[in-house]
Amino acid sequence: MTATNTLKRPAAAIKDERIGKRNPLQKLLGRPEVGALVGAIVLFIFFASVSQTFIQPNAFATVLYGSSTIGIMAVGVSLLMIGGEFDLSTGVAVISSALTASMFSWYFSVNVWVGVVLALVVSLGIGYINGWILMKTKLPSFIVTLATFLMLTGLNLGLTRLIGGGVSSPSISSMDGFVSAKAVFSSSVNIGGVDVKNTVFIWIALVAVASWVLLRTKVGNWIFAVGGDENAARAVGVPVKATKIGLFMAVGFCGWVLGMHNLFAFDAVQSGEGVGNEFLYIIAAVIGGCLLTGGYGSAVGGAIGAFIFGMANKGIVYAQWNPDWFKFFLGLMLLLATIVNLIVKRRAELK
Amino acid sequence: MNAKQIDQQTLLRNEADPLTHTPVHLLSLEGVGKHYGNIVALRDVTMAVDNGRVTCVLGDNGAGKSTLIKIIAGLHQHDEGALQIMGEERKFTSPREALDAGIATVYQDLAVVPLMPIWRNFFLGSELTTGKGPFQRMDVQAMKDITKKELADMGIDLRDVEQPIGQLSGGERQCVAIARAVYFGAKVLILDEPTAALGVKQSGVVLRYILQARDRGLGVIFITHNPHHAFPVGDRFLLLKRGKSIGYYDKKDISLDELTAQMAGGAELAELAHELEQLGGHGDVVKEVQAEVADVTHSAETPRESSPRHA
Repeated sequence: MTATNTLKRPAAAIKDERIGKRNPLQKLLGRPEVGALVGAIVLFIFFASVSQTFIQPNAFATVLYGSSTIGIMAVGVSLLMIGGEFDLSTGVAVISSALTASMFSWYFSVNVWVGVVLALVVSLGIGYINGWILMKTKLPSFIVTLATFLMLTGLNLGLTRLIGGGVSSPSISSMDGFVSAKAVFSSSVNIGGVDVKNTVFIWIALVAVASWVLLRTKVGNWIFAVGGDENAARAVGVPVKATKIGLFMAVGFCGWVLGMHNLFAFDAVQSGEGVGNEFLYIIAAVIGGCLLTGGYGSAVGGAIGAFIFGMANKGIVYAQWNPDWFKFFLGLMLLLATIVNLIVKRRAELK
Repeated sequence: MNAKQIDQQTLLRNEADPLTHTPVHLLSLEGVGKHYGNIVALRDVTMAVDNGRVTCVLGDNGAGKSTLIKIIAGLHQHDEGALQIMGEERKFTSPREALDAGIATVYQDLAVVPLMPIWRNFFLGSELTTGKGPFQRMDVQAMKDITKKELADMGIDLRDVEQPIGQLSGGERQCVAIARAVYFGAKVLILDEPTAALGVKQSGVVLRYILQARDRGLGVIFITHNPHHAFPVGDRFLLLKRGKSIGYYDKKDISLDELTAQMAGGAELAELAHELEQLGGHGDVVKEVQAEVADVTHSAETPRESSPRHA
C-alpha cells in the first residue's frame, strides 16, 4: 500500500508548479534532427520554386538516388559519431571493398558472389582494425583513421595496378553471378511510371534498422553512453571496447553495401576514387544533428542530412545554375547546422 | 547485535562477524597495498564491511582514498594483501567483475552520461530486455516505470524521467546514482565523496540516503574528508594519511572531536590559530579556534592510549 502511495504522489507532482506541460511542438524542438528537418523543408521549397523540373517525379527520383548513395554511408557514420568517434577512411574503404570484389573474382575467375562475400569480410575487417587500434592505442580516431585512409588509398592504387595492370578494375560484366548481383545491388523499381533505384530502399531500410537499434536496444543505449561519457559507461559495466569496434564494423558494412552498388552499377571501379567522400558522410551526419563530440544524434538525422545534400547537389543542376556554387552551399549549411547543434547541446547541459 | 558491543579487536580479526552472525565479513581488506611504478599510493590497509553497517574512509586530499575504492571497484588491482568477499579471496580485473560480485560504486563524477535521459542512465549497462534473438529489445516502459518508482521510494520527487540527467542538481544526481546501485542488488555500496560538492541541506539529504541504503541491508563504504558528515552515519572509521592507515575505530571507541583531531592533527590546527592571531584576525574567531585546538588536543591524546591503533 505504501509503495503505491509513494509511487502516486510524485506522479501527481509531475503536473505541479515546476514543470509546465510541454506542448508537442516544444517536444519536437528537442529532437536532434529538427534543425536538419527545417533546413530540408526550406531547401525543398526553395528549389521547387526556382525550378519547375525539380518537383517532377523523375527528377525527384534522381535526387533520392543521389541522397541514397551518401545516405547509406551516413547511417554508419552517424552511429559512429554518436558513439564519439569518426572515420576518415570511409570514402576510400568503399572503393577498397568494390575493388576487392571485382579483382578477386576476375583474377581467380570465380563467381562474382565469392568476391562479394570476400569484400564483406574485408570491409568488416577494415572496421575492426580501425576500432581495435583505436581502443588499443587510445589515440584520437582522427589520427588512426587518417592513417587508414592514406594506407587504403595507396593499397587501392598499388594493388589494382599490380593485379589488373591499370588504374581501374577490369570489367566483370560478363562473369558468372554478375546479373544476379546487379539485381541485388543496383537495380530499379518502377513505381507509377518512375524508375526508383533500389539503393533508395536499401537506404531507408538501413535507417530504420539503425534507428531501432539506437533507440530500442541496449546496444543503442551503449552507443549513446560511450559517446556521451566513455569513462562513466565503463564504470557501470558497458563493454566500451566492443561497442566502439562494433560501430567501426557497422561503418564497414555500410561501405560494403555502397561499394557493391558502385561496382555493379558501373561494372568497373576507378582505383583512385572515393577520396574526399568521407567528408560528405560526416557532413551529412553533422547536418543531421549528430554532435562531433558524441553522445547525441539520430540515424534519421543523418538521413535528412544526406537528403539535404542530394537536394542541393541536384537542385543546383535543375535550377540551371553553375555547379561551382554547390560547395559554397554545402559549407554554409554545415556551419549553420553545427551552430544549431551547439545551441541544442548547451540547452540540454545547462538549462 | 549492538554496535557498541563490538570490540576493536574483533573488528580487526577476520573471524565471526558479531553484527550479522555470519562467519565472515561481507567484504574485507587485509594489508592491502598498491603502487604505481615506484610511487606507493597505498599500503597496509585493513578494513571490513558488513551488511547494514557503514564503514567510513576518512582522509585528506591525496590520502589514498581514491586508490582504495578503485581497488575495491575493480578499476585497479592491488599488489599486496588480500581482498575478500564473503571470505573468498578475489582480485577484480574489471568494474564489471566487481559489479557481478555485488559491489556498486557511486563515483564522485557519478558515472552518469549527462546528455542521456534519467531512465537510460538508471539502467545503463544493465538494461531490461524483452523478445528473443535478433528482436531482443529494451523494455522501455518497464524501465521508465521502475526508474520512477525506485526514485520515489528513495524520496526523490522527479519531474520527468525523460529529461537529460545533466539537468538535475548535484544532490539529485547523487541520489539517482545511489538508487541505481540499490536497485541492482548491490551488496556493497561505495560512495566516493558524495557530499563534497554539495551544500549543507543537500548533504543532509544524501546522508539520509546513506542511512536508507544501510537499513536496506547494504554494506556501505562512505568515503569523505568531512568527519562531521562521517560521524553521524558511520559505524566504523578508517583513517588514511599519505597512503597509510593511521587508525581504524569502532564508533564507540572514538568521538567526533577525536576523529577530527586525528584527521587534521592537533598541531596543525594550533598552527592555524597562531597564524590567524599574527594576522590580527578577528578576536572572536581566534578565540574560537583556540578553544577548538584546546578541545581537540585534549581529546586526541586520550584515545591513543586507551584504544589500540591499527597501523
